[in-house]
Amino acid sequence: MYGNYDSGTASSPGGPHDQDAQQRFDRLIEADQRIEPRDWMPDAYRKTLIRQIAQHAHSEIIGMQPEGNWITRAPSLRRKAILIAKVQDEAGHGLYLYSATETLGIDREELLDRLHDGRQKYSSIFNYPTLNWADVGAIGWLVDGAAIMNQVPLCRCSYGPYARAMVRICKEESFHQRQGFDILHTLSHGTPGQKAMAQDAVNRYWWPSLMMFGPPDEESSHSAQSTAWGIKRFSNDELRQRFVDMTAPQAEVLGLSLPDDDLRWNAERGHYDFGAIDWDEFARVIRGDGPCNAERLRRRRQAHDDGEWVREAAQAYADKQAARQQAARQEARAS
Amino acid sequence: MTEGHDSGKRGWPLWEVFVRPRRGLAHQHVGSLHAPDAAMALRNARDVYTRRGEGVSIWVVPSSAIMANSPDEKDPFFDPAQDKVYRHPTFYDVPEGAKQL
Amino acid sequence: MSGVRTLPPLAAYALALGDDALILAQRLGEWVAHAPQIEEDLALANIALDLLGQARTLLSYAGEIEQAGRDEDDLAYLRDDRDFRNVQLVEIPNGDFAVTIARQLMFSAYQYELYTALLGSGDATLAGLAGKAVKEVAYHRDHAVQWVLRLGDGTDLSHARMQAGLDQVWPYTEELFDPASQLPGIAADPATLRPAWEQCVTSVLSEATLDKPEPRWRSRGGRDGLHTEHLGHLLSEMQHLHRTHPGATW
Repeated sequence: MYGNYDSGTASSPGGPHDQDAQQRFDRLIEADQRIEPRDWMPDAYRKTLIRQIAQHAHSEIIGMQPEGNWITRAPSLRRKAILIAKVQDEAGHGLYLYSATETLGIDREELLDRLHDGRQKYSSIFNYPTLNWADVGAIGWLVDGAAIMNQVPLCRCSYGPYARAMVRICKEESFHQRQGFDILHTLSHGTPGQKAMAQDAVNRYWWPSLMMFGPPDEESSHSAQSTAWGIKRFSNDELRQRFVDMTAPQAEVLGLSLPDDDLRWNAERGHYDFGAIDWDEFARVIRGDGPCNAERLRRRRQAHDDGEWVREAAQAYADKQAARQQAARQEARAS
Repeated sequence: MTEGHDSGKRGWPLWEVFVRPRRGLAHQHVGSLHAPDAAMALRNARDVYTRRGEGVSIWVVPSSAIMANSPDEKDPFFDPAQDKVYRHPTFYDVPEGAKQL
Repeated sequence: MSGVRTLPPLAAYALALGDDALILAQRLGEWVAHAPQIEEDLALANIALDLLGQARTLLSYAGEIEQAGRDEDDLAYLRDDRDFRNVQLVEIPNGDFAVTIARQLMFSAYQYELYTALLGSGDATLAGLAGKAVKEVAYHRDHAVQWVLRLGDGTDLSHARMQAGLDQVWPYTEELFDPASQLPGIAADPATLRPAWEQCVTSVLSEATLDKPEPRWRSRGGRDGLHTEHLGHLLSEMQHLHRTHPGATW
């Protein structure tokens, strides 16, 4: 999901062509075994993974902004605490994922450069603003719900460090979705003002959540390769359908409507039918023309730039301490 | 611990984190993080990897200090005697005089 | 709604300590998503959560003793700034990372001595809270110490900024040790907390190659509801949504 859509990598092999290594790699994939950091892997596999895992990491980090937006205004101390914990988890998830990406032989600084200059992306959903408190609930219920749908299969992704990071993340993620649902349930069963707030949030977040699963299968050109490599376990449309099937009944429990007149249970198919997604909007937002794209990146870049003097100071101190210890050792030897 | 890189641009060094979740168990590798030195690495590891109270004991090791031998992970350039954990460019000491590596 | 002046002394005491923790938690919450390193977003959020937990315990307790039916949210969201009893130190704006860290060192070092003293409090709730909190604030203090050392003894730029942060924050520290309500055996006498605090802070500054500031003014009045102009803005933001929907459950 955070990289489920068009990853845009070349599929032609680069790097050393080693027949045995390729065969070994293929056998591991076929046997559903894990590829580990020191295994030979096709260059394109490495590049695809770097892009996908990094974009997943970037999504977690950027995602801290729309939710962090409501920490100082949370309407109860309990909700404030839960929200801080959630955003903290997201920072942690970003770190696990950067850590997994780095095992592929790339530095976090390089990944951040690519995020900051737009070469790597993050999930389109975080380009939408959080305009009221209920949006925090909608993000938990819908966005995290969609994320879980994608993340559970990734726990069996072929690349070991990514799969293991996903297991860690999934353990922490279920609390997030439940909290979002709980916020909305409280609102929809509260005052008329609160119920209207909740409905407004769902009206704005429903369609963008469906878009999180990426373009329709027939337009997803690199999915076939990702599937063959065990990176992608289910197609975009399959996951999207599962999400709708899971979420539509939950909306009824919430007593909130979903903004889709074509949404209805189809007994023949055994699934919910739903309306057409505005793929033009999706394309626009991916391209950078969403409500918050510029702002999200600007704030991210600014945090990084503003922090440079701090990071440098820490490194300078570490170097000084190392030099002092070295000098002390030499002195001790000399005496 | 010097990596020979420009700290402002390259960022803090990478550390591997091992956590013993309960008395009686062995330390397990849980991931990595960036920190300027061991003291900060330990503290960051506590915040990142033991937020939910997991962890009686934390070890942090500079990633570049770990020697690996994983014969099952086949890499044509793998030195069977000892090698680094990842094929990470900053893990390898750049020989004197080699500039654009 | 009753002003804090009419609160029983124990409730007023718990409220003051709770307000300290609440307001600082609010300030730290503002750092989320733009700390100098992602690992630091986590660390600051961690401190904010601990402080918020302390605040909730203390505010709830104050409400219980008062017996006017006010719970933690009533106290946090429905009082005006003249009824808040925090010291001014915790309400000053975050500034840059150096100001934030300077504030953290001063306050966490104080809280460490405070909670250590409260371990022996005759009040079971306060003693119980202190048992948990003293471990939390030991970690907060350590975190601040690590950063003061690195910023003070890092680069010339970081040294200058750390000194500036210290200079800005120092005038607010005297207030921490002003005499408080008389609750012998229950409350900690702030003056008794000072020597250990001073020793800790002085040694850290010295190791960090920083000069101890000699301020020409000191803050006054936080415990009596006299605050800086900053608190009003902080509370507007914090309380607005809650106040907009009176009586609602969240």
